[in-house]
Amino acid sequence: MPSVSMTVNGKAVTGEVEGRTLLVEFLRQNLNLTGTHVGCDTSQCGACVVHVNGKSVKSCTTLALQAEGAEVSTIEGMATNGDLHPIQAAFKEHHGLQCGFCTPGMVMSAADLLQQNQDPSETEVREWLEGNICRCTGYQNIVKAIQAASQEMKG
Amino acid sequence: MYDFNYHRPKSIDEALSALTSASDGKLMGGGQTLLPTLKMRLASPSDVVDLGAISDLKGISDQGGAIVIGAGTTHAEVASNAAVKSKIPALAALADGIGDPQVRNRGTLGGSIANNDPAADYPAALLGLGASVKTNKRDIAADDFFTGMFETALADDEIVVSVSFPVPEKASYAKFPNPASRYAVVGVLASKGPAGVRVAVTGAGQGGVFRVAAMESALDGNFSAEALAGISVPSGDLNADIHASAEYRAHLVGVMAKRAVEAAG
Ligand SMILES: Cc1cc2nc3c(=O)[nH]c(=O)nc-3n(C[C@H](O)[C@H](O)[C@H](O)COP(=O)(O)OP(=O)(O)OC[C@H]3O[C@@H](n4cnc5c(N)ncnc54)[C@H](O)[C@@H]3O)c2cc1C
Ligand code: FES
Ligand code: FES
Repeated sequence: MPSVSMTVNGKAVTGEVEGRTLLVEFLRQNLNLTGTHVGCDTSQCGACVVHVNGKSVKSCTTLALQAEGAEVSTIEGMATNGDLHPIQAAFKEHHGLQCGFCTPGMVMSAADLLQQNQDPSETEVREWLEGNICRCTGYQNIVKAIQAASQEMKG
Repeated sequence: MYDFNYHRPKSIDEALSALTSASDGKLMGGGQTLLPTLKMRLASPSDVVDLGAISDLKGISDQGGAIVIGAGTTHAEVASNAAVKSKIPALAALADGIGDPQVRNRGTLGGSIANNDPAADYPAALLGLGASVKTNKRDIAADDFFTGMFETALADDEIVVSVSFPVPEKASYAKFPNPASRYAVVGVLASKGPAGVRVAVTGAGQGGVFRVAAMESALDGNFSAEALAGISVPSGDLNADIHASAEYRAHLVGVMAKRAVEAAG
């Protein structure tokens, strides 16, 4: 079996995988990082969004072997020493989640947006979330949370 | 998804030898179309040759009269590139309207045109701007590249290396997106430039992307939305599916063409 090495949330990891092993399977099954979810497995819903070399991607549509040598970050890497990341804190504060299934992907997607655009308009947030589907909230509070986090992070 | 042998070559030559020595090898760009296809078991290659580590396939260069984009360049890179934005803003906007941010961070120009989905955006850009495709073997004009739905002029052992887009005087792309996938129900790229006046339509044709000669000749000399009044495409050759009937698509071709010409200025 091929082996793969990458950095996940700052830690070097190595594992045995098959050619077909998806990045999300490697994260959840090999590394036990089950914060990254699989909603659709068909590249539509964004529950599986993680960052690879700083860019948000769907880990259900990326092979583990494609991430060889990459820096990967997942929802588990967002909080520091138990303190929520400002985006996580804003989701909590503004009720940006109900069942929470879409939330890890939403937060990782939002983190990519905010590193490119520090002050997104409501329209820009909504357009950016094209690939993240939520069955519960109606998006209103997700958008509110992301905009609040952007203000918080700008300082 | 059935298992396969995975290869990650560093050069085009290594990719070709991995591809040709496999019993049933398949190239992979960003995997955004290929991986879903493999999951659905619509294909089960023995070997997947990932082009993602080949630096010769990446990057954008401004060559004055043309912008040359490597096949492995992602949609997000095209959308945010300064040279593309200033010289062919229609192309940057088209790339920025593909799917969603995560698809744009992975999906590539080469993968999109090699796949030639009848609802994909890039085929309209290549045909509508009169681009030329460079492969490991030859140069292919966009007019000869797209040969039918999901079909191209590429041979089995041919790799798209880059695409050269001549800089137009004016160009714009107007798309009526499927609200769920963002693929084009109908998309029209209209341009005027070194490749003449061109109107290319994606999303609508049964045979994939096509040009509309009647619109092109009407716009030649009078590049304005008014010049398109009364010109329609026959619905007989157009797609009909759950998203839109052929008649509706024919109507949308007229509307999107006018919007594209108007926005091109
Ligand atoms: C949710 C979603 C929404 C999408 N929305 C849109 C949209 O709105 N508009 C749109 O146009 N597209 C859309 N796409 C498709 C997306 O643009 C894909 O990225 C693209 O079609 C394929 O590019 P890829 O690099 O991922 O190719 P892959 O999936 O890796 O490959 C596709 C095909 O091209 C071949 N190939 C790849 N690279 C080369 C090369 N250099 N030379 C020769 N052959 C090659 C492969 O063998 C394969 O047959 C969407 C996809 C998803 C998942
Ligand atoms: S699980 Fe990856 S997009 Fe839905
Ligand atoms: S909170 Fe339930 S899917 Fe978004």
